[in-house]
Amino acid sequence: MTSEAPVVHVDSVERAAATPDREQPYAALGLTDDEYAKVRELLGRRPTSGELAMYSVMWSEHCSYKSSKKYLRRFGDKVTPKMREHLMVGMGQNAGVVDIGRGWAVTFKVESHNHPSYIEPFQGAATGVGGIVRDIIAMGARPVAVMDQLRFGDIREADTLRVVHGVVAGIAHYGNCLGLPNIGGETVFDAVYQGNPLVNALAVGVLRHEDLRLANATGAGNKVVLFGARTGGDGIGGASILASDTFSAGGPTKRPAVQVGDPFAEKVLIECCLELFHGGYVEAIQDLGAAGISCATSELAANGDGGMKVDLDAVLLRDPTLTAEEILMSESQERMMAIVTPEQLEGFLAVTSRWDVETSVLGEVTDTGRLEITWRGETIVDVDPSTVAVDGPVYDRPAERPAWLDALQADSAAALPRPADGPELREQLLAVLASPSLASPGWITDQYDRYVLGNTALSFPDDGGMIRVDEESGLGVAIATDANGRYSLLDPRAGAQLALSEAYRNVAVTGASPLAVTDCLNFGAPTNPEVMWQFAEAVDGLADACLALEVPVTGGNVSLYNQTGTTAIHPTPVVGVLGTIDDVAGRIPSGWQDDGLNLYLLGTTALELDGSAWAGVVHDHLGGRPPAVRLEAERKLAGLLAAGGEEGLIAAAHDLGEGGLAQTLAEGVLRFGVGARVWLGDVEERDGVDVATALFSESTARVLVAVPREEDVKFVGLCAGRRVPALRIGVTDAESGLLEVQDRFEIPIEELRAAHEGTLPAHLGPRVGG
Amino acid sequence: MPVIVVEVMPKAELLDPQGKAVAGALQRLGRSAFSGVRVGKRFELHVDGPVTDALLADAREVAETLLANLVIEDVVSVRELEDVEA
Repeated sequence: MTSEAPVVHVDSVERAAATPDREQPYAALGLTDDEYAKVRELLGRRPTSGELAMYSVMWSEHCSYKSSKKYLRRFGDKVTPKMREHLMVGMGQNAGVVDIGRGWAVTFKVESHNHPSYIEPFQGAATGVGGIVRDIIAMGARPVAVMDQLRFGDIREADTLRVVHGVVAGIAHYGNCLGLPNIGGETVFDAVYQGNPLVNALAVGVLRHEDLRLANATGAGNKVVLFGARTGGDGIGGASILASDTFSAGGPTKRPAVQVGDPFAEKVLIECCLELFHGGYVEAIQDLGAAGISCATSELAANGDGGMKVDLDAVLLRDPTLTAEEILMSESQERMMAIVTPEQLEGFLAVTSRWDVETSVLGEVTDTGRLEITWRGETIVDVDPSTVAVDGPVYDRPAERPAWLDALQADSAAALPRPADGPELREQLLAVLASPSLASPGWITDQYDRYVLGNTALSFPDDGGMIRVDEESGLGVAIATDANGRYSLLDPRAGAQLALSEAYRNVAVTGASPLAVTDCLNFGAPTNPEVMWQFAEAVDGLADACLALEVPVTGGNVSLYNQTGTTAIHPTPVVGVLGTIDDVAGRIPSGWQDDGLNLYLLGTTALELDGSAWAGVVHDHLGGRPPAVRLEAERKLAGLLAAGGEEGLIAAAHDLGEGGLAQTLAEGVLRFGVGARVWLGDVEERDGVDVATALFSESTARVLVAVPREEDVKFVGLCAGRRVPALRIGVTDAESGLLEVQDRFEIPIEELRAAHEGTLPAHLGPRVGG
Repeated sequence: MPVIVVEVMPKAELLDPQGKAVAGALQRLGRSAFSGVRVGKRFELHVDGPVTDALLADAREVAETLLANLVIEDVVSVRELEDVEA
């Protein structure tokens, strides 16, 4: 803040042309010398301060994807016609839209709010939810569910508690106030996220095909309307500048005003927007998030006819002292921008007035190909909007395979001592089950409303969340998000593919058929060639795997500069998979409820302990190569689960992921408190592995299913027909109250529960809700 | 018993949803003379001995580290409460 009295003069286009040599603070706004020179070249003069504000936020890493764009194109290149079949809107709009049949469509997207959530955990996480929900509304959809991917530092560190409490309360506050169920996600504690937690928020929306809206400003003469909350000084340059620079080692040094959200205002905005859509009052719509009005005007114009004329004096302000630059950059929450025909304007205003949503007409769409913005009677911005929003700088940054990777990959967990006797296996199973990242996240998820709206078919602690879309037919969607930073550090290509594999499998075990993908790629600083190499590998790997599984990436987000000082986080590509199910009544739960069900292990087990939870928890070890990616096997498995689920052959199905069979057995028992008796001899013999490997290996393409005895023959036949290896390894036991691994050990369910559910409350304080 | 009063307000440039809600209620009640509202917090810290400058400095430190979240709030005053009622 300056102490001098503000000199009110407008830096107009005219003045800019007349004063070419005026020094401009482009470096402080995050533009490089070259980028500033490029802006001058594009305009043929120096930019006005308003134009400089727009270019600087829109060309920031967060908004322009300038380091990642080159790689993201691969998602678009690797698509088959079959993958496009259900895709109504792909990458490039606010969120992807997928046709799920019966006239219904679903839109979903995951986005990061990492940096704001470290500086101000509560509001940062809350506005992360608000932002992703507005992306969903902007597609014409009603938001129906949210979920979150969270990464925190070491649970024993005091600062982790600050972040966890704030983030979880913030997500709960915003989501619960909006009345949206939080149907899943994942939480991991790892010291690499100490100074840089990850808060990735996903939202899902539902729409009828005819309600689809896009962010294209077309039709000269159509009105540009801003509605929702007033514009204030919140987060000026917040997300956009902030998310594009690294925190210094001493903690956050940039402390711009963060944004404060108002979920009740957003709830009103949701209902207001839906009424506007259904009334046919909206030609195009865009939410205001990072870069505020700069982003909304330039993107709407660039995606449409290319021209727009807007008067900033018409913007309703919370603080009348805001300058034009501040108005352009403000990231005040709960605002939307719509394109409305002159004929519909009256109806539009009647609807927003009825909802008590403040609305102002800023200007109109033109056919000039220019975005012109006036303020106090003078033109302060006159640019080609595509140079702001679309054709920003693209960098081909150097990428180099890290020199340390060979040594890390050579350090396999296979050399670690593995237990063979019962008591030691028992102790290690309990240690893995109680470890912070694999312990019950109930302390977190109990703070979220999971069943509001009455359409939640599956939620935590099941593998994926499931929502009923059509109340008449029961048509629904399942969603799961996964990421494994440990695998991705060892091999970013495989790590991204394994994240996809697991999310795909987690959707499949619910009985749904995977259909589409969203991703949020969390990496360190792109200026580090090693990070750039990790990013390139992960994107390539993910694009290849999506092609192999025939599930298209519909959109998502890239978050770079996730590092404190020079230490980057583990590469953390979060992958969300959406699948459909004809009737949610036929969903498959993750745990067994009845006595005497046969337990089948589908898939085969190899000695794959590198990067595993067991290696981390028991030996504090991270090295080697992650488990083999087996996409063809995943595909067969998903097909089998969908078919078996439809025929009612499967009473329960639970994915094998982190913690291997041991974790899956424990969670299966804990789900409904029904015990199991398991023998591992057949697995050891068939797959040539020892008992510790059978229990803790994280080989992929494996699922544990519970099958009613009367369906046994049919189920075994189905597995044989579809060439999915199946081995009966146990039976459920409602009487024993035990998880029993024959000839090795037994653990009472209550002891399992105490280990699983005790960890988070022990560190974070008493459980709330629940 | 002496009391130190700490007052905390949301930062001026940030949205204050509570204040906005109260302002809305005032408009609905026809109290249009009050055109804006911001809602803050007041803390009363009870102390046993006399209020010294050192104690006020302590209170300010507590205010800035615990009572207020300086990322989104400001400590606007730390003072001794005069005329404490019994």
